[in-house]
Amino acid sequence: MNFFAIIGRVVLALLAEIGHLAVFTWASISHIFRPPFFWRLLGQQMMRIGYFSLPVVALTAFFTGGALALQIYYGGSTINSESIVATIVALGITRELGPVMAGLMVAGRVSAAIAAELGTMKVTEQIDALTTLSTNPYKYLVTPRIVAAVITLPLLVFIADILGVMGGFIISTASLSFNPGVYVQNTVNFLKADDVTSGLIKAGVFGFVIALMGCFQGFNSKGGAQGVGRATTNAVVTASILILASNYVMTSLLFAK
Amino acid sequence: MTDTPKIELRNVTKRFGSKVVLDNLSLVVPKGKSLVVIGGSGTGKSVMLKCVLGILRPEKGEIFVDGENVLKMSTSEREQTLRKFGMLFQGAALFDSLPVWQNVAFGLIQGRKMKRKEAKDVAIAKLAKVGLGPEVGELYPAELSGGMQKRVGLARAIAADPEIIFFDEPTTGLDPIMADVINDLIIDSVKDLGATALSITHDMASARKIADEIAMIYKGRIIWAGPRSEIDSSGNDYVDQFIHGRATGPIKMDVLKP
Ligand SMILES: Nc1ncnc2c1ncn2[C@@H]1O[C@H](COP(=O)(O)OP(=O)(O)OP(=O)(O)O)[C@@H](O)[C@H]1O
Ligand SMILES: [Mg+2]
Repeated sequence: MNFFAIIGRVVLALLAEIGHLAVFTWASISHIFRPPFFWRLLGQQMMRIGYFSLPVVALTAFFTGGALALQIYYGGSTINSESIVATIVALGITRELGPVMAGLMVAGRVSAAIAAELGTMKVTEQIDALTTLSTNPYKYLVTPRIVAAVITLPLLVFIADILGVMGGFIISTASLSFNPGVYVQNTVNFLKADDVTSGLIKAGVFGFVIALMGCFQGFNSKGGAQGVGRATTNAVVTASILILASNYVMTSLLFAK
Repeated sequence: MTDTPKIELRNVTKRFGSKVVLDNLSLVVPKGKSLVVIGGSGTGKSVMLKCVLGILRPEKGEIFVDGENVLKMSTSEREQTLRKFGMLFQGAALFDSLPVWQNVAFGLIQGRKMKRKEAKDVAIAKLAKVGLGPEVGELYPAELSGGMQKRVGLARAIAADPEIIFFDEPTTGLDPIMADVINDLIIDSVKDLGATALSITHDMASARKIADEIAMIYKGRIIWAGPRSEIDSSGNDYVDQFIHGRATGPIKMDVLKP
């Protein structure tokens, strides 16, 4: 085939997909604000998305904080490292690494699970069956997942912030033999509320992206087990890329001077 | 009879990409009757039902339910109309995350806001109607045999006492005895509810048993329709070939092409 024809085809397919996603996003958002609401399902999803992601997010944050402290120490040991390690760990974790690492871990866990579950429901006609039982699939399946993710991700990231900073603290005091009191002092002095809230705002957006991509890919999967597998992979890949891209955009907006 | 038909499809065309699945299809289902659509695999039977239910949207044509064009309805009017329907899916399509009784009671609890306790009683009564005991209600769909799943699907379809019931291949994949049990259940539930039924099958024994009228679909069109008693004297070669299950005749299966 002609080279330009291939490019044209790919671009058209991409545009179609973006249009498709936009329609899906709009439908999902508009259903969040219209009754009926499925509170029971919301609670269930908050458990699944938030609570059960705790261990993985906590461990990731803890080790990231520790590794970050080591790197700053090695890189900056010539100058007065003791004062900068605490500050950079605190800022790095709350502003960037906490939300991004938690977002990516939850994307791997939750987007995949949502896409697999909804994808299976799609190919076995369970989603069609919902419609015939006077239940809107967006309200019943998509809304609880999106709302649960948007609520729980900031909570997860808040915990990740604490554990990440703690990871840095423990490594610094235990293996780099920093003074604990000075470390805490440096952290508290330099960390502002804005640093934490900016991270939590990011987390809310990531939660939306994670649940949305899982639902979108699940709803659009076709063709049996293989199709569900493809939907799962696509959900994780697209959610991760969107998290990284939107993180960049938000950083440039939130911290623009 | 000049009654408005319960369901009417007029010149409905549905394609997927360049593939035309329904091609100017027209069909009338009279009120209170049981119409069975027969036809080969992949001729668009399931697609036709999904168009009426609004799960798929046809490119062209009109679909009337009780004289109202469902394709012109707003979303909320449409949801209201859907309450008249019950559907048994080809693959049962039970919710595998919910126990059987919640599957049966689903439309009552979620769609109609009935109290869970009350809905459970209804569900157990409907399960009894399809010959399943209350203990089955506590199992999950994955723990049931195919025939049991079909029966649960049937119980779910009739749970809200719908005016219109769709059965998509209710007997496919069942042994002949279970198939006949399902046929009886369909006849009973339709009679009990006074409902209008539109069924799809390629099982002729089932069609003869549950149909008041039969229509045959071929290449996305209805090529013959008439009362059950006339199916053997239709004078239509396609119908004759299908009901006698002959490999030779006007219908060419793709596999027979060189
Ligand atoms: N969602 C879809 N996307 C693309 N093509 C589809 C879709 N649904 C159905 N088709 C195509 O439409 C045609 C008719 O499908 P349909 O499911 O209506 O067949 P059927 O008559 O019910 O067959 P069977 O008796 O095997 O169930 C098939 O060729 C199928 O490939
Ligand atoms: Mg079918």
